[in-house]
Order: sequence, then C-alpha cells, then structure tokens
Amino acid sequence: MPPLTVYWALVRAGFRRYSTYRQATVAGATTNVMFGFLRTYGMFAAAAAAGGVLAGYDRPRLATFVWVSQGMLATINIWGPPEYAERVRTGDAVTDLLRPVHPVWQLLAVDLGRAGFALLTRFVAPVVVGALAFGLYAPARWSTYPAFALSLVLALLVTFGCRHALFCSVHWLLDVRGPMTAWVLFSTLLSGMVFPLWILPEPLPALVVYGMPFASMVQAPMDVLVERGDPLRLLLTQAAWAAVALPAAVLIQRRGERKMVIQGG
Amino acid sequence: MAEYYRLFLAQARGQAQYRASFWFDVAASTGFGVIDLLGVLVVFHASGSLGGFTQAEGLLIAALAGAGFALADLVVGSVERIRNYVRTGLFDAVLLRPLGALGQLIAMDFAPRRAGRAVLCAALIPVTAVGAGVQWTPVRLLVAVLAPLCGAVLFGAIFVATATVAFWWIDSGEFANSFTYGGRDFSTWPATIYGGVFRRVFAYGFGFAFAGYYPALILLGRPDPLGGPPWLAWLSPLVAAVAAVVAGLFWRRGVRQYRSTGS
Repeated sequence: MPPLTVYWALVRAGFRRYSTYRQATVAGATTNVMFGFLRTYGMFAAAAAAGGVLAGYDRPRLATFVWVSQGMLATINIWGPPEYAERVRTGDAVTDLLRPVHPVWQLLAVDLGRAGFALLTRFVAPVVVGALAFGLYAPARWSTYPAFALSLVLALLVTFGCRHALFCSVHWLLDVRGPMTAWVLFSTLLSGMVFPLWILPEPLPALVVYGMPFASMVQAPMDVLVERGDPLRLLLTQAAWAAVALPAAVLIQRRGERKMVIQGG
Repeated sequence: MAEYYRLFLAQARGQAQYRASFWFDVAASTGFGVIDLLGVLVVFHASGSLGGFTQAEGLLIAALAGAGFALADLVVGSVERIRNYVRTGLFDAVLLRPLGALGQLIAMDFAPRRAGRAVLCAALIPVTAVGAGVQWTPVRLLVAVLAPLCGAVLFGAIFVATATVAFWWIDSGEFANSFTYGGRDFSTWPATIYGGVFRRVFAYGFGFAFAGYYPALILLGRPDPLGGPPWLAWLSPLVAAVAAVVAGLFWRRGVRQYRSTGS
C-alpha cells in the first residue's frame, strides 16, 4: 500500500484542479440558487395546502431541505460528467492503471479534493442565499452538527461508489450514455432532489429511503440536518450503502480491467 | 430554404442510422417527461391542491408548458452546444458558409431523438383538459393548439438568448440552464405559488407564465387569481413574438462579438 502522503497529494491535486474552473463555479452556483427558489416556493405552497406542515417538515425545515440539498448537488457530484468512462473510451485510462495506486482509491482521493473545493464554494453559496431569503432551520441538538458532517461524507462515498460502479460498465459497453441516462432518471426522482421522499404515498417512503441507495445521497443527510427521524438509523443506512457501493465499485473495476480494450492509438 | 431542409433531412437520416441508439434516446426523452409529471402528481397528491389549483388543473398547466418546452428543445435545444463551437473555434466554419449562422446551427443539431417528451406532453394536453373538466368551444380548441406553439417560440427564444452568453463568457457552462430548464420547471407549476419579486421577474419579465399558466386559465374559464386583467391571458402570442425579437438581437450582438480562437 502506498504511503498516505500519496493520497494526500491526490486530494490536493483534485482541489487545485477544480479551483481553476472559476467561471464554471459561478455559473453552477447561480443555477443552484435559481432552482433553490423554484423548489422552495413549490414546497411552501404544498405545505400551505397541507395545513402548514408537509410530511413532518415545517417551513424552516423545508427551506433548509431545499437549499442545503441544492448546495450538496455539486459537493457529492451526483450528476457530474462520467469522467472515468470517458478516459476508458479514449484510452487515457492506461495512465490510471499504470500508477502504483489502485484506480478506485486514486479516483476517490481526487474526488475528495474536488468535493472539498465544492464545499467551500458551491455548497456555501446556495446555503447563504437560502438563509438570507427564507431563514433556515437551526438544529436543536449540538450533536446534529457532527452527525451532519459524517452524513455528508457518507453521502459522498455512496455517490462515488455507485457512480464508479456504473462507469465501469464502460468496459463492456464502450459507451456509458445509456447507464448514465438511467442514473439521472432514477437519482433525480428517488434521491429527494425533487421532493422529500416522505411525501410519497405509503408504503413507498420506507422502501425508497432504506431499500435503495439514492436516498443515502441526499434525503438522509437532509433529514439528519433538520432532525427528522432517528439520526442513528439514517447514518447506519448510509454506512450500509457505502459498505455495499465501494466494494462493488472495486469488484466491478477488477472484473472490468480484465475485459478492458485500450482504445486509440 | 431548400438548403436548410436538406440539412435537417441529413441530420434526421444520420440519427436514424443508429437505430437502437435512436430508440433508446426517444425512450429516455419520454422517461424524463414522465418523471416531471410524476413529480407534479406526487406533490399534488401530498398537498391536495397547490396555489388554488386542483391536481387535474395542475396537470393541464404542466402538460401545456411541457409540450411547449419539449417542442423548443426538439428544434433549437442543441443551440446550447454553441459554447463548444466558440471554445474550439468550430464556429469559424459555420460563419464561412453561405447560410445564416443560426439556421445552420439549428439544422446541424436538430434532434428528432428528443421527440419522446414532446409527443408525450402533446398527447396529454387533451387528456388532462378532459380530466380538468374543460368545456370545449372553438376558441378554446384553438388556444389548446396554439398554446404549445407559442410556448415553443418563447422557450426557443430563451434557448437562443441564453446560449449567446457563451460569446462573452466562454466557460458559462450551466448558466443557461437557470433559464432554460429553470424556465421549464417554473412554468410547470401554477404561477400563484411563487412569491413577490421572483414571480414578477420570471412570470412576466421572462414570460414563463404565458407558456402554461395563462393558456390553462383560458381553457378552464377561470379569472386570474393573481388579479391580472382578463386580456392578459390572451397575450401569449405577443409575448412569444417579443421574446423571439429580443433573442434575435442578442444573437446579432453575440455573433459580432465572436472572436476566433486564433490558433
């Protein structure tokens, strides 16, 4: 196993790389803010019609849910471009395989660096706008803050693991457009990005929140933050999905490498 | 015109060559349309009504706005790729040809594979109208047909106007999405749910209320809950025309601004 300084260098490289895309960062944050307003008004109207509280969320909780999840989008990179798959398609992935670090951990280290930069920019911007425009929910328990931080890291790991496992299908398919489309379809509807999953008709909510990985990416950290439901159960669910997704990514990567066809000349 | 027609045809033929890919894209486009409508269904189901509109009325608004957006996306949606042309300098080649630049781009990137969503939403207009209990008159029939077309012109104008940002601001990336996809999401819901300044800017400033909300009010025979005068609901064609002219001006300024990559 390579020394930790190698991983640390990769984390820093990821941070530095994304910190150079300044225009794109501003443009992306603007879009997150715009959709934050749209979603907040939608949720407020739904709560008003439902008598002030929607599926256990009052107005400050709904506003927090919407704005913090808008900030999380770029942080966990749920809809980012399938970079590794592109590298396999073009043949650039050769350099990833030549390095003395396992490709999955290598990419995860770079992704953590990317997330660190996103946390300072893309996460903060919508949260500040949301707080100024609507006022956000202040957690009642001090333990919520570390729990949310842990939940955020787990969300990042689950998202990375699932996405990398999906990207690895490129070794067999040579083009991931199909799997990526399916990913966007399901992760949009089932992660909590469109509406809090608890407003789904019974018995769907529990099924979607615990039985599928998507909720562990957005819904779970939001519930931890607004203190809806048992935080321990949410964190354990996320940890369980991370413990499935990451080994799955490593396994599929290994199987895929055997199938790998190096493209290009 | 014949040249554009031939470009369109070549595009359609080219895409139809990869048959499995083509049908997959059609299915995906339909899937995204279904997801949007599922979102509307779930939120209305949880809240009972939204902004003073029932679920059936809300679906009618979503279908009208969705059809307009999808039609625009089908024809000019690919114009958002202009940022790649500007960055790579490929736009030089477009300017050198003896055809209008915008017309060429639209013809070059025409995407019949995105037809799924347009067909779905268009088919849902009569279904949701019946569901919402629309009393049909010849005028309302005309409104039901014209509304998606006006919506398409409006969204098309937004696509073109926001894509021109790339001429000034090359790495603008997602910026245009705020107004194209943001506009779609805005017009999917009754305009009554939005607050103060935000509503004024997007419903009237950008005209998104005229894609779904106002045509639906005419079909339903309802006065504007926002207190607008009765003639306001009939302005959709005018709003679309103004938007198209403004987008045209943006485009001209943008093309003049264009400087090649100079490599």
